[in-house]
Amino acid sequence: MSRGWWSWPPARKLIAVQVEPEDSFPNLPGRFERWFSARGWRPRAHQLDLLARAKAGENALLIAPTGAGKTLAGFLPSLVDLERPEARGDLHTLYISPLKALAVDVKRNLETPIADMGLRIRVETRTGDTSASKRQRQRRDPPDILLTTPEQLALLLASADAQTLFGGLRRIVFDELHALASSKRGDLLSLGFARLRAIAPDLRAIGLSATVRDPDELRRWLAPQASGGPPNMAALVTATAGAPAEISILDTKAELPWAGHTARHALAEIYAEIKAAHMTLIFVNTRAQAEFVFQELWRRNDDALAIALHHGSLDVAQRRRVEEAMAAGRLKAVVCTSTLDLGIDWGDVDLVINVGAPKGASRLAQRIGRANHRLDEPSRALLVPANRFEMLECRAAVEAAREGVQDTARARAGGLDVLCQHILGMACAAPFDADALFLEIASAEPYSGLTKETFDSALAFVATGGYALAAYERYAKIRRMKDGRWRIANGRVAQSYRMNVGTIVEADMLKVRLVRGGGEAGRAYTGPLRRAGRVLGEIEESFIEMLAPKDTFLFGGEILALQGVVEDEALAARSHAEAPKIPSYAGGKFPLSTYLAMRVRALLATPADWKTLPKQVAQWLELQRRRSALPTRDDLLIETFPRGGRFYLVCYPFEGRLAHQTLGMLLTRRMERAGMKPIGFVANDYALCVWSLSDIGTLCVERPARLDELFAEDMLGDDLEQWLREAAMMKRTFRNCAIIAGLIERNFPGREKTGRQVRISTDLIYNVLLQHEPDHILLRAARADAATGLLDIERLGQMLARARGKIIHKALDRLSPLAAPIMLEIGRESVYGEAQDAILAEAAEELAEEVMAEPAIAAQRGRGAVRR
Amino acid sequence: MIADPAGALFWPEERLLIVADLHLEKGSAFAARRVFLPPYDTAATLAALAGLVAAYRPRTVAALGDSFHDVRAGERLGAEDRGRIRALQAGRAWIWIAGNHDRDLPNGLEGETCRELYIGEIVLRHEPRPGQSVGEIAGHLHPVARVAGRAGSVRRRSFLCDGERCVLPAFGAFAGGLNIHDSAFSPLFGRGGAGDDVIAHVMGHDEVYAVPRRRCLPD
Repeated sequence: MSRGWWSWPPARKLIAVQVEPEDSFPNLPGRFERWFSARGWRPRAHQLDLLARAKAGENALLIAPTGAGKTLAGFLPSLVDLERPEARGDLHTLYISPLKALAVDVKRNLETPIADMGLRIRVETRTGDTSASKRQRQRRDPPDILLTTPEQLALLLASADAQTLFGGLRRIVFDELHALASSKRGDLLSLGFARLRAIAPDLRAIGLSATVRDPDELRRWLAPQASGGPPNMAALVTATAGAPAEISILDTKAELPWAGHTARHALAEIYAEIKAAHMTLIFVNTRAQAEFVFQELWRRNDDALAIALHHGSLDVAQRRRVEEAMAAGRLKAVVCTSTLDLGIDWGDVDLVINVGAPKGASRLAQRIGRANHRLDEPSRALLVPANRFEMLECRAAVEAAREGVQDTARARAGGLDVLCQHILGMACAAPFDADALFLEIASAEPYSGLTKETFDSALAFVATGGYALAAYERYAKIRRMKDGRWRIANGRVAQSYRMNVGTIVEADMLKVRLVRGGGEAGRAYTGPLRRAGRVLGEIEESFIEMLAPKDTFLFGGEILALQGVVEDEALAARSHAEAPKIPSYAGGKFPLSTYLAMRVRALLATPADWKTLPKQVAQWLELQRRRSALPTRDDLLIETFPRGGRFYLVCYPFEGRLAHQTLGMLLTRRMERAGMKPIGFVANDYALCVWSLSDIGTLCVERPARLDELFAEDMLGDDLEQWLREAAMMKRTFRNCAIIAGLIERNFPGREKTGRQVRISTDLIYNVLLQHEPDHILLRAARADAATGLLDIERLGQMLARARGKIIHKALDRLSPLAAPIMLEIGRESVYGEAQDAILAEAAEELAEEVMAEPAIAAQRGRGAVRR
Repeated sequence: MIADPAGALFWPEERLLIVADLHLEKGSAFAARRVFLPPYDTAATLAALAGLVAAYRPRTVAALGDSFHDVRAGERLGAEDRGRIRALQAGRAWIWIAGNHDRDLPNGLEGETCRELYIGEIVLRHEPRPGQSVGEIAGHLHPVARVAGRAGSVRRRSFLCDGERCVLPAFGAFAGGLNIHDSAFSPLFGRGGAGDDVIAHVMGHDEVYAVPRRRCLPD
């Protein structure tokens, strides 16, 4: 495919230069110029601009849409440097990518121009898959360009030879920086970057990013920060935007469902679109959705179209096969989750279908960009809302995409758990001076606000756990030497660091192994479970926990029946069941972005805009306006109504499922105290529904201030603190921090600890620590995570502040059109009770009932069997 | 006998309080391997025990073995915690039953030591013995039960009883747990099945809930 520049007749090349005399590029050596023109290309403006910035010794951020030649732009300055033989010898350029696969792919793409131009540049990758002997050799004899991941960089920096290895480093390229920054991985990377700057003062950085909300955040990330001074920023180079995408929303002929996420109604229409297109990527939000859509498409696949499935739980080999088939053009469509959001060019995709809600404008733009990886052709995308609220969200997202608005995550202060991990890593590399290390760390943008006091707490944590009760001095991991510097106690500490490096804490996963079925239905299989058979992939332990043996579920496009769990494997047999039982759909993984939520509220508040909506949706909203009221931009609409002997309260904050769940937990506690007898609640991205035994509506009409009290911001004070003591989400957050910070180990050398055992002990640790040292650095880290992570407290706080004094209460005699979707999710989504003890009480009650009613009820699983 | 939700058994007639598997100094045992668990587990465990002593005013306290996490726990036990133990022992009899983690009592501690304690028909020992179940009260196994309901599942420490034998939950703040469906329980309580009458008394916040074993889930 690639032709060397020398193979072209020189005359032709000369003519090209003569015809366009302005094609002269001062920074581009001759052979590069010839290489471009030989391929019939010209260097793009942003590639030249970036080259000029790099030559001038600046750090730079390139923002470019997919297909703009971003990667080549990022490497051009390095290739030009390395054209001169005298620049070679040391490791010259480090390239960091969030995905291992991307590093491998980039190597392939980079080798073509290097070979074509006859450059003598050695490019190598270093990932978790690289052999130990190759790693050894890379330290001794480094390549010119090393392609690697953030975790591998941390490992290299924690070794004694980091100083020699990186001493001559000139350039570092961060690919997909938008996906790395503002995450814990990005925090760790920023600290490694700070160390690299200290080792190699002449180092210059290039960041490559998709379009983001605020480029300045990434520009600061790329530049060293000085404490107290004004923020330093890297130069900004922006590529011209490509042709605008053609985005449409499926106007289904079927009735658009009120609730649910399956998009079952639209699958015939999706199938027709796949058939008509050349190659289609179908994005969904969760693994369960992917399995469902894949299975339903195959059910109607009369044309035997090559449709494949790709998600993070599938076995790696299986995923690689799908990727290769895609790249080779052998597939007609791939159903995938966010696993294909990033990176690699997977072939000739001409249509992207997004099933379900897009959740964020930037996420949608990124997915749409997967189609037509050529800048000058428009990407074609089709959004398929699965329910009525999602239709509103799709409409808002399309408008945002047309206006080019972005809503990527906001920059946040660097994680304290990551800081602890890094400090230990630096001690593993060489003894350090605490003051010097503090200054180095504070030069990393995420840690520019770090106080010396907090740094000292982190240092104390690394040394002996950092407890007020100094009991562990004699076991210290790092110690102060006579000269004041800190060094590690012994080699085992460094070994343990290497085993636990990184910030990705996987959910507890079980392998899914295929076994033969265990006898006919109804007859329990009692023999030992046979463990032969292949591993299909991995599944969350929490999902399997909800299944009883013989329950069926979808995995890898097949209906499987659970046979049992043995150690870390879920054994499953193929099932002939018609429909799988998919218990508790976990909803969209990503919460609705604040920006899209704002737009959805604006759309609801502007009836004049409804004419762009499908008729059935506009009628639904109109009906809501007549029967109750519509949420407006700033007000908080609360509806109360009786139904089936219970009383319901539905509010519409539009702040995402996580914030609503937290609100539900806190609100039910308050209602409990106020004697309103709440029983349970369910939350989705748009609304929260609480039901109770007492008539909430009448209580609030009698004394309207009651609602203001219920929703007062002070629920984020004592109530929150009280609840956090118990919240499983908080304990999981704490566990992640404890692992990242190095309190407990992922793996003991030579002895694997299962996730379950780790989790139990972190729960106990959490309880004891909270009681005795509530300001411990790990609890601070966990609280900071909870503010934005699984509990989304920050967003809840903003909502409560916004709604203060602006609550609109509608006491209705029956449920409203807008409430119908969330009411339908009761029983489909998991319901949250106030106290976990209710579960125990329920089970104990069963025992009492059994005693009363002999003979004993058959031993059936009690989930949902007893109603109170 | 009263099963207290804090994880102890109280025998009113004898005014005897029974706790199992305190695992004092487990945190410092981990610290010696450079896993710096909070050094407050001993204090937390003793504080919980003090709460029970204040509530029941027992004449005798029996600790069913593994009261100390390892043989060197005594060396690490701080002066304050030693003082807390002394305060608990004041004015009552105290019996340390030996466990597999603590065959010998740390130096300088009060209280009687023994391998087994017989009181009438009842025997108190650390490790339950298969085949000799009648009236046995033991610890060692750290039973926990997992119970599922509509709102998810909970995993809690639990007493496990079949009317003849009772295994106590671990009392220590950092003591882990073993699911009651683990095979370690089968020699004592059978494998379960249709006629299973073993009951897990599951520790709630303010109450102990009696749940049939077959209603509990494996991990």
